[in-house]
Amino acid sequence: MAEPIIQIRDLTKTFGQGADAVHALEHISLNIQKGEIFGIIGLSGAGKSTLVRCMNLLERPTAGSVVVDGQELTQLTDRQLRKARQSIGMIFQGFNLLMQRTALDNICFPLELTGVPKAQARKKARELLEVVGLGDRENAYPAQMSGGQKQRIAIARALATDPKVLLCDEATSALDPTTTLSILELLKDLNQKLGVTVVIITHEMKVVERICHRVAILSGGVVAEQGEVAEIFANPQSEIGRQLVYPGGVKLEALRESRVIRIAFNGGSSYEPLIASLAIDCGVKVNILGADTRNIDGKAFGTMLLGLPQDPAEAAKAVNYIQSQPNVTMEEVPDHG
Amino acid sequence: MAEFWNEYGGLILEGLRDTTIMVVASTIFAYIIGLPLGVLLIVTRPGGIWERPWCNRIVGWIINIGRSIPFIILMILLLDFTKFLVGTKIGVRGAIPPLVISAAPFIARMVESSLSEVDGGVVEAAQSMGASIWQIVRKVYLPEARPSLILGASISIVTIIAYTTIAGTVGAGGLGDLAVRYGYVRSVPPVLLTTVLLIIVMVQVVQSLFSWLSRKLDKRLR
Repeated sequence: MAEPIIQIRDLTKTFGQGADAVHALEHISLNIQKGEIFGIIGLSGAGKSTLVRCMNLLERPTAGSVVVDGQELTQLTDRQLRKARQSIGMIFQGFNLLMQRTALDNICFPLELTGVPKAQARKKARELLEVVGLGDRENAYPAQMSGGQKQRIAIARALATDPKVLLCDEATSALDPTTTLSILELLKDLNQKLGVTVVIITHEMKVVERICHRVAILSGGVVAEQGEVAEIFANPQSEIGRQLVYPGGVKLEALRESRVIRIAFNGGSSYEPLIASLAIDCGVKVNILGADTRNIDGKAFGTMLLGLPQDPAEAAKAVNYIQSQPNVTMEEVPDHG
Repeated sequence: MAEFWNEYGGLILEGLRDTTIMVVASTIFAYIIGLPLGVLLIVTRPGGIWERPWCNRIVGWIINIGRSIPFIILMILLLDFTKFLVGTKIGVRGAIPPLVISAAPFIARMVESSLSEVDGGVVEAAQSMGASIWQIVRKVYLPEARPSLILGASISIVTIIAYTTIAGTVGAGGLGDLAVRYGYVRSVPPVLLTTVLLIIVMVQVVQSLFSWLSRKLDKRLR
């Protein structure tokens, strides 16, 4: 595999000192590959915003290394760091546009910082306005735009210096679901067209499943698990992973079945025929305790919690049948009460 | 009326001119000192873009000392300094140094307050793009705070107008001087009334003009 564009090694961030110290991040190691869309998900307080802010050193790590595009950021001088930041774009939950500048001048801003001549900056900014679909809004001020439009301007601004990486810190969290989807589509599009590596911080699994290739789940300042999005959806290994995949939080205590199994569909098959054929072929009826299906990369993925019959023989029959199915994996849920 | 104007018209116009000169000159010089100090307070504060706790504290102390000395006492304290600086202790020129030194700390605090209203997220966005401290001050803090800075300026100018009239009572000239010499010492109520009216009008004009300008330049109000 090629050299990762972002390489984080043993990163630790502690706020405060002594007894009051807060360990926001502990020994984080991550590789983000060139050209991928990488998600970092976690509940609030998990440290994900701190982590993304360490990727351009808005937050300076207490220990560990952050290598972006071959440069060890923690070793750079102030001047070198400012230069390095020009190839790391960032967008924010609150858009953070300059309120006293027009859309066009906002996009020109990072180019002004690097001394690009005004005419050239404006030309580039106009092109970017077209790319984000706001070609007709160049003279509008942020106050005249909707949230989605503001985020599009922020994206155009972040891309003005042709960065290799785009960091998105809860970029869709302030937007309604429809606008969120359109912004995610735009990011996906830009990732494909420009090849820019996208890092997405979010607390919403929907965002991850929609556009991310790989994901790291952060909990309590450590990486609980990481891997391909499809794999984690099909078979979350960590407690926090399960919580995020089943946001409803199936309460196992309440279940009366003797055995509970979780089955995962890894694309291809649909779960309704499986349950139906289980009843027809084996004569075993199971209870669906919870189900969640998603469409990832054009394939159907789903997980389901099944309550098996009290009779051990019937239960074994069902288990054997499910295990014989292609594209389905199964695990027993232990100690469900 | 004509008689009053013949006798006092020249004096009143002269007073108005002197007051205007003192206000304008003091405002300009006070901003030359106060604006950078206000910026310094913002960038060096804890969590600022150029965090320097000691620098911040020391500048803060100096400003507080400047602000705690009543203007009239400051004028007396500065007499020799004024003489050294502008060659005279009295008149319009003699009034300007104490006016500036008195107004600058006030302006520094006004500027600090205006700049602190700038959204920290926008500053952070500029940092993420690789902006230097100076670029953030010039391209983010000052333009983003412009409407608030203009409103702050109107408050500062009105304060300087008030100081100017106080300076008038100890030989600075201007409308304050007129009010004391003719209105109080010689007891000519129409002169006193006219000066008061003129000062009210000046304050009103400054306030309306700057408020209008602030609104007009604020791109958030659309």
